Amino acid sequence: MAYSDKVIDHYQNPKNVGTLDKGKKNVGTGLVGAPECGDVMRLQIEVDEATGVISDAKFKTFGCGSAIASSSLATEWLKGKSVDQALAIDNMDIVEELNLPPVKIHCSVLAEDAIKAAINDYRVKNGLEALNLEESKH
Amino acid sequence: MDNNATTPCDPRVVETMLPYFTEKFGNAASRSHPFGWVAEEAVDYAREQVAKLINANPKEIIFTSGATEADNLALKGIFEMYASKGNHIITCTTEHKAVLDTCKHLERQGAEITYLNVKADGLVDLQELEAAITDKTILISIMYGNNEIGVIQPIREISEIAKKHGVLFFTDATQAVGKIPVDVIADGIDLMAFSAHKMYGPKGVGALYVRRKNPRVKVTAQMDGGGHERGMRSGTMNVPGIVGFGKACELCMNEMADEAARLSKMRDRLEEGLKQVEESYVNGSVEHRLPHVCNISFKYVEGEGLMMGFNKNIALSSGSACTSASLEPSYVLKALGLGDDLAHSSLRFGLGRFTTDEQIDYTINAITETVNKLREMSPLWEMFKEGIDLDTIEWAHH
Repeated sequence: MAYSDKVIDHYQNPKNVGTLDKGKKNVGTGLVGAPECGDVMRLQIEVDEATGVISDAKFKTFGCGSAIASSSLATEWLKGKSVDQALAIDNMDIVEELNLPPVKIHCSVLAEDAIKAAINDYRVKNGLEALNLEESKH
Repeated sequence: MDNNATTPCDPRVVETMLPYFTEKFGNAASRSHPFGWVAEEAVDYAREQVAKLINANPKEIIFTSGATEADNLALKGIFEMYASKGNHIITCTTEHKAVLDTCKHLERQGAEITYLNVKADGLVDLQELEAAITDKTILISIMYGNNEIGVIQPIREISEIAKKHGVLFFTDATQAVGKIPVDVIADGIDLMAFSAHKMYGPKGVGALYVRRKNPRVKVTAQMDGGGHERGMRSGTMNVPGIVGFGKACELCMNEMADEAARLSKMRDRLEEGLKQVEESYVNGSVEHRLPHVCNISFKYVEGEGLMMGFNKNIALSSGSACTSASLEPSYVLKALGLGDDLAHSSLRFGLGRFTTDEQIDYTINAITETVNKLREMSPLWEMFKEGIDLDTIEWAHH
């Protein structure tokens, strides 16, 4: 099975690899997946408290090329979006953008879960209720 | 570097095969004209070449379409032929799927199968093996060399146990024949499956060795038809394939000793180079191992992601789930007691006749660089470096 050019590009030149200070109040961290399953994603957002816009996003991922590309793409999409807009990112958008084959759809699901987990972490830190997110689809 | 999956045909093999596609196209079963005689002669000669490599009598070689068919014929054929004696077969958990899936099939037909666990080094426990034998046991099926980790089972000790209890011994020797000396007499093997394309011969041809003396072993045919191969495997002979198989065996016979010495040196250099990578682990016994194989886990990096870093230039395979449709990591590595995380992080190396020292250097460098790069983006590596015990984290299993 060959990878799409976009997956290869994200793999070779991943965007926004790194770590944000999870101690900060305006940073939300989402850690999803499990080592035994072969993929773990950690996705972080930093929210501009004045505007509610995501000013920075970082990821680190243990996984296959498609998992790395899904999280790299997710951080790109998150930057500049409001938290509410970020919630609307759907895993199928990632599948479409990266041309993921069916066996790799779970990578995109994991990325969507990571986004939502990061947003919830941010909400809880800021005295908001955690959103009751629909159970992950895998 | 993926020669355990398949090997290229040696050009000398191809050259030998070519006439049998065109001017010598006869059916080896045609007895009435020279076309058939020429083909039959070629098959007879190849049968001798194949038999010689494993110290068998040519009459004991049944040509098949490959090792999978030979595995099926041995297991199903023995189960049916010896049904009056018993229905119990002993095998182990790290066998190839061609054996395991056939055993699963036989279970549905009323067979009782014991799947022995292996020790942490991948070897079967001989005491456990002997203890598993019952008065219903008809066959022990233990592979010669493992396809994922290269571990060589104690074949002679196993065959002695089998003999002592009057049980037949079958071995899938697909990875071993042509790589290390395999001698069906000295090793005490009653049935043995092997394949041409793992030893620089063509795909689509293999053999089952079936002992004719002490004891005389019989298998029930699984392919009925014209009564070819002494009735045990009907179907028109794959003459060019068999000729190529014969030539491949002859080449292995002549070159195996030198080749094994050369490859094990290269393999050891590769392994030493990669062991310099922090948190890397060699899987399976290093003492009882095929000379051209090694299997290494690079912790905190996922195998498929790792291969993507160099798969345009280096062909390898991984025990990671992501490479298979099943999403289950290597059952062989898990049988050694490896956690799923280490199984996901493994690469399998199978060196071959055409592997060069330059390729070894290139591979060490490419893998080291890619592991380092991926660890920079691995959250697990970051946690490990911060001293966080990953086992204490509640992971969201999915």
